[in-house]
Amino acid sequence: MASKLTQSNRAGWLFALPGFGLMVVFIILPFFFAISLSFTNQRLISPNPTEWVGLANYRQLLGMGMITLDAVTDESGQIVRDDTGAPTYPRLREYTRNNPDYPHLDGMKQWFSFGRGGEARTFVLARDLVFLTAVKNTVVFVLVVAPVQGGLALVLALLINQKLRGINIYRTIYFMPVVVSIVVVSLLWRFIYDGNNGLLNNILDFLSFGYFEPVNWLGNPKTAFGSIIGMSIWQAVGFHMVIWLSGLQTISPTLYEAAEIEGSSKWQTFRYVTWPGLRNTAILVLIVITMQAFGLFAQIDVMTNGGPLDSTQTIVFQAVERGYGKQDISGGSAISVLLFLIVLSISLFQRWLTRERT
Amino acid sequence: MANVVLKDLRKSYGNVDVIKGVDLTINDGEFCVFVGPSGCGKSTLLRMIAGLEDITGGSLAIGDKVVNEVQPKDRGVAMVFQSYAIFPHMTVRENVEFGLTIAKATKAEKEAKVAEAARILQMEHLLDRRPSQLSGGQRQRVAIGRAIVRKPEVFLFDEPLSNLDASLRMDMRMEIGKLHKDLRATMIYVTHDQVEAMTLADKIVVLRDGIVQQIGAPMDLYHHPANLFVAGFIGSPSMNFLDVEVKGRDGDALVVSNGALDPVGVPSTLEATTGTRLKLGIRPQYLRPSTDTQAGKLHGTVTLTERLGSETVVNLRLTDDSALIAALGEDAIFDRGRNVSLSFDPTRAHLFFAE
Ligand SMILES: Nc1ncnc2c1ncn2[C@@H]1O[C@H](COP(=O)(O)OP(=O)(O)OP(=O)(O)O)[C@@H](O)[C@H]1O
Ligand SMILES: [Mg+2]
Repeated sequence: MASKLTQSNRAGWLFALPGFGLMVVFIILPFFFAISLSFTNQRLISPNPTEWVGLANYRQLLGMGMITLDAVTDESGQIVRDDTGAPTYPRLREYTRNNPDYPHLDGMKQWFSFGRGGEARTFVLARDLVFLTAVKNTVVFVLVVAPVQGGLALVLALLINQKLRGINIYRTIYFMPVVVSIVVVSLLWRFIYDGNNGLLNNILDFLSFGYFEPVNWLGNPKTAFGSIIGMSIWQAVGFHMVIWLSGLQTISPTLYEAAEIEGSSKWQTFRYVTWPGLRNTAILVLIVITMQAFGLFAQIDVMTNGGPLDSTQTIVFQAVERGYGKQDISGGSAISVLLFLIVLSISLFQRWLTRERT
Repeated sequence: MANVVLKDLRKSYGNVDVIKGVDLTINDGEFCVFVGPSGCGKSTLLRMIAGLEDITGGSLAIGDKVVNEVQPKDRGVAMVFQSYAIFPHMTVRENVEFGLTIAKATKAEKEAKVAEAARILQMEHLLDRRPSQLSGGQRQRVAIGRAIVRKPEVFLFDEPLSNLDASLRMDMRMEIGKLHKDLRATMIYVTHDQVEAMTLADKIVVLRDGIVQQIGAPMDLYHHPANLFVAGFIGSPSMNFLDVEVKGRDGDALVVSNGALDPVGVPSTLEATTGTRLKLGIRPQYLRPSTDTQAGKLHGTVTLTERLGSETVVNLRLTDDSALIAALGEDAIFDRGRNVSLSFDPTRAHLFFAE
């Protein structure tokens, strides 16, 4: 009976069909769909026929330009300064709106600018400011969350990996946020971050004996994204703690005993025994956190919707917002494809960085 | 250099007593072997000396200093584990110099000490390899190398050879013996292989269920086992035990017999009256079978003859249906089913109370 099941291909495929079919319909097909849609001007609902537009979507998303302008001078050659004493520059609109001399800058807006010694200034322009902000935010998110969450999870795992009475209670506590749906967690944290009566403001107020000025954490462009980073680190740290824990438990206890007899201090033991033994776990944790961090969406969707002032835009949020919010399914697809390429190249790079050196 | 003195040493896990009061003095430079069956507490005792297990009661002194509460690193001991416990991500050199790295020794000092250890253990050519590129014997050599660079006063070995195959085990056994002679350090060695115990030890400690059964030089234990357990544990093949009954006393000797044994006087100091049931222990090597059924006092039938090359082991069934083993030096031929009698020197036999 058993051998028949394993040998008969037809039975095997039949059993695999439900799962495999769902994967084809919801993962594999959409993947190729998205790639081809991203080269068209398809909209979610539209009376017009779909047209092949080549790389136009990508050009729109990634279009960037640079222009260096000299400060405005008056007739005598003196630099015209504004009230704060900063030099003034010609209006960028004159270059980016129907200026036949600068066709490549047409339709762009200022992203940021920097001085170049002297009084000249370079302006970096972008066709799609929101998308670039989303990319920047996502990259910041990954760069902060990967080391902080990974490191915090390791510290927790080291603390938890002891034979103490009641240690399981702590394991449960740290792991609990992972089990709760991210949407629920985000809703709860909206109350915590609330500007008027939020828990965080109340605690800070209490700790500073009333000197702390309440902050509208999610309503202020300066604090919104940081608040989301903090909450995201807290939420998934337990998951990575468990991965570290499993890595810690593969290290043979006799290695620790050998180190102890040799007189190794706690730190030396960590450095020479624990950390090298966690090498493979570290790679796994790093890759998983990076992947998850690039997918940042639910927190944004529930807590800020990308605002205030686009300060919490992220790549995935933009993909969804364009595709469904603005019904620009081809633009959303192009963002998804770009995200795929970014994540792919980063994980290839990480694999290369952490490869087994012979 | 240091001696090790255990006084009424005890260990319990919760309410399970594992070591039940061990008194033992190991002299400076002595090679002491703990033997005993699995689970008797050999490793636990060794780990208590190392400082890896807390001491529940009694005192432990190394070099005349009580070290019950002293950290492992300050006890002047080094330990070699059964599973080698060498660090897989370090080269052999890094492993051997680990203790020095921890102690922040200079590069020159490390190099000199590693070179010396490598020379002693003949592993100069292995220094730049990783543990995964070594054989079991080489790994154990690395572990020993790590132990010797620190020049400890006491070496502790926990079954260091039990993961090796038979021929390698013999080589390493000889090397450890040689190492002991070269270093003249105190060594404590745990094994359940009594051949290792017999060949290496100056002093053997036989343990059973956390209690010392006998302490003595190897041949002492072999010829004068203190009880039935030690008699059966030391020697290979192990001693034959016959259920016998005391028939009377004849000067220094007790006259004993059973269904297969004609009355024989065995020298003994046991206080046993006529009719007492005792165990008569005779080593297989001291039995001389003969095809002349009247030549010896034991009577039986050959059931199996095994030729091991250096000796021939004859299995017999005695007339009272108990089994017996005789080990003969020469290539003697005893066919299956043959009726034989066996003679032995009563002064080499032992009488014990049955347990
Ligand atoms: N952490 C522990 N908790 C409870 N009992 C233990 C613990 N460690 C060891 N024991 C018990 O102590 C006894 C002695 O163990 P030990 O490891 O010293 O045996 P051993 O003589 O070295 O045996 P082996 O030859 O199999 O290595 C065993 O019965 C074991 O079950
Ligand atoms: Mg053991």
